Amino acid sequence: MPTMSMIEAIRDAHDVMMARDDNVVVFGEDVGYFGGVFRCTRGLQQKYGRNRCFDTPINESGIVGTAIGMAAYGLRPCVEIQFADYMYPAYDQLVSEAARLRHRSANDFSAPITVRMPTGGGIFGAQTHSQSPEALFTHVCGLKTVVPSNPYDAKGLLISAIETDDPVIFLEPKRLYNGPFDGHHERPVVPWSKHPLSEVPEGYYTVPLGVASVRRPGAALTVLAYGTMVYVAEAAAAETGIDAEIIDLRTLLPLDTDTIVASVEKTRRCVIVHEATRTSGFGAELSATVQELCFYHLEAPIVRVTGWDTPYPHAQEWAYFPGPQRVGEAFRRVMEA
Amino acid sequence: MTSAPSLRLHVPEPEFRPGTKPDFSGVTIPHAGSVRRPPVDTAPEEIRDLAYSIIRVLNRAGEAVGPWAGELSDEALLAGLRTMMKVRAYDARMQMAQRQGKTSFYMQCTGEEAIACAFQMALEPGDMNFPTYRQQGLLIASGYPLVDMMCQIYSNSRDPLKGRQLPVMYSSKAHGFFSISGNLGTQYPQAVGWAMASAIKGDTRIAAGWIGDGSTAESDFHSALVFASTYKAPVILNIVNNQWAISTFQGIARGGSGTFAARGHGFGIPALRVDGNDYPAVYAVAKWAIERARRNLGPTLIEYVTYRAAAHSTSDDPSAYRPKEESEAWPLGDPVERLKNHLIVKQLWSDERHAQAVAEVEAEVIAAQKEAESFGTLHTGPKASGRDMFVDVFKEMPPHLRRQRQEAGY
Repeated sequence: MPTMSMIEAIRDAHDVMMARDDNVVVFGEDVGYFGGVFRCTRGLQQKYGRNRCFDTPINESGIVGTAIGMAAYGLRPCVEIQFADYMYPAYDQLVSEAARLRHRSANDFSAPITVRMPTGGGIFGAQTHSQSPEALFTHVCGLKTVVPSNPYDAKGLLISAIETDDPVIFLEPKRLYNGPFDGHHERPVVPWSKHPLSEVPEGYYTVPLGVASVRRPGAALTVLAYGTMVYVAEAAAAETGIDAEIIDLRTLLPLDTDTIVASVEKTRRCVIVHEATRTSGFGAELSATVQELCFYHLEAPIVRVTGWDTPYPHAQEWAYFPGPQRVGEAFRRVMEA
Repeated sequence: MTSAPSLRLHVPEPEFRPGTKPDFSGVTIPHAGSVRRPPVDTAPEEIRDLAYSIIRVLNRAGEAVGPWAGELSDEALLAGLRTMMKVRAYDARMQMAQRQGKTSFYMQCTGEEAIACAFQMALEPGDMNFPTYRQQGLLIASGYPLVDMMCQIYSNSRDPLKGRQLPVMYSSKAHGFFSISGNLGTQYPQAVGWAMASAIKGDTRIAAGWIGDGSTAESDFHSALVFASTYKAPVILNIVNNQWAISTFQGIARGGSGTFAARGHGFGIPALRVDGNDYPAVYAVAKWAIERARRNLGPTLIEYVTYRAAAHSTSDDPSAYRPKEESEAWPLGDPVERLKNHLIVKQLWSDERHAQAVAEVEAEVIAAQKEAESFGTLHTGPKASGRDMFVDVFKEMPPHLRRQRQEAGY
């Protein structure tokens, strides 16, 4: 089976879907001839032509707005916002239009679009190349929100996203593009080829939306994580020796509550980890869900380890990023409670 | 220290406010027939003058004159008059229905009927409009049933949108009428995208975007123009300049640009400015732009110069910000009256037949209203179930919505 980085897996998912479905079109800033600033669309224009994969003006509301119009026509656009930090000009089109179109037209029109955007920090990206705005999407009824954490899932989830008849926000942790990252920035980066989840089948396969993945079975506590934080949680479990059950949510909305509840009922403890800022972050929704559904099973307060409620800093990168030490401390706290 | 005088902010003001007498005698209105008609494959830079003039066909004597005249058969003109009359009668009834408490809200298009009605007649089946809330004429001209429109206004048990949408925010794919959103300007880049899709698929269908004068200030207006320009999308970008955005006069959105049509030229998009109250002129200009789009010659921007004769909506009182007589003083008159006079001049129509047609159209609208009300109004009679709130958020209802639906008791 071929080994792929997350970039290659994402590129391959595009390739598979463009070959399968003539209605799949790919566009965004620098995605055409150049193949994307992260190389996620490399070679697609050469293979499928400028009518299927093309560069756009620097205008996010135009990218998403035209994608919605194309979807209303019957195409299946998969578009890129260069950084999640730059999705804000498109927010009106995403929230007011893509998310609502099917409901407000009583199924007369719909917007089966996929909006890819590199997300997350840990790369010295500072304020506008590090944000994790997933809570701004999960709060919007009508959007599905997906965050893959490895090449296998990235390809399977992106194929599912493109095939889904609902609009999907596809957040790609750019820190994971070339290799897994557990927060130990002092160590050299390990490429994906050393990781089992870089084995990516050729051709078509899917990873279903709305289904979480138990990445590390455990009995002591449940960790709810996604994206880069999955590896940070794994490192924290190894370093503390605490037998954590680590759940990679993969899809934030619709959320796989069955997997979450089964795990928390077993472990009776829950730690939630995300890079995004804390207040009103997606962790708050997760915490409330666990509290509502697992209250009588809990033996400790639910703990959230998140980015601080500040803009993402540059020099203070590792003081901001929730690394294995902070996550490990949360594990101990929950076990002692 | 600088010796320059203090800077001052310029805030445009309309010429007339309540209590002043509106006088448009200083406004330059080109004579009907005086504006040239270029070939459809003309380069944008060769017709810059048309963005600063007004294409008109019907003169004061009611005659159709000049190079844009003669596009419509007698039958088409008579049908156009009747469609406009139907739109006006529909507006009047729905305005009254709101006042009677049968619905929460309504928006008339009084004075702007010619624009949507004539434009729709220039389209072909399969083309797609991306309208605002003031293009009900597109639906009526396309033959969409009045009863269905009214059921949407009433949010009743036969509302095609299941009571989810504010009145007037219709949707009909089958009639080439894209779902209306409350968020202004968003439909403009969507229209461009739809047109791009048609081009990507090698189709022959074209799209039409609609926007008002005020909403041209939204960033999506500029997004649409740059995408239409870049990809030469087969789209008609319509701007209905009715002089008013709620209480704000068009000068606030237009600023120093001279005309809204002139904005097209910054993007290399040919622009036409047309008398929006002149049914044959609107039709001829629409036909020109649609042919241009269909021949893959790219987008066209059209500014329709008209006047919002009625209140912005049932929640608005224009006497608070503009003179009551302004509509009467407006130099381009009333689109229904002007087409009526033209047909009388052509000896195809008469005051008697017009009076009779008014009665017929009103009877048709009243009959539709009775039928619509048999399915309920907003506060009385049957309506869509609470269950319908949870349907169509996604294609299939996810578990959290199923739980909420059960919690709500549906």
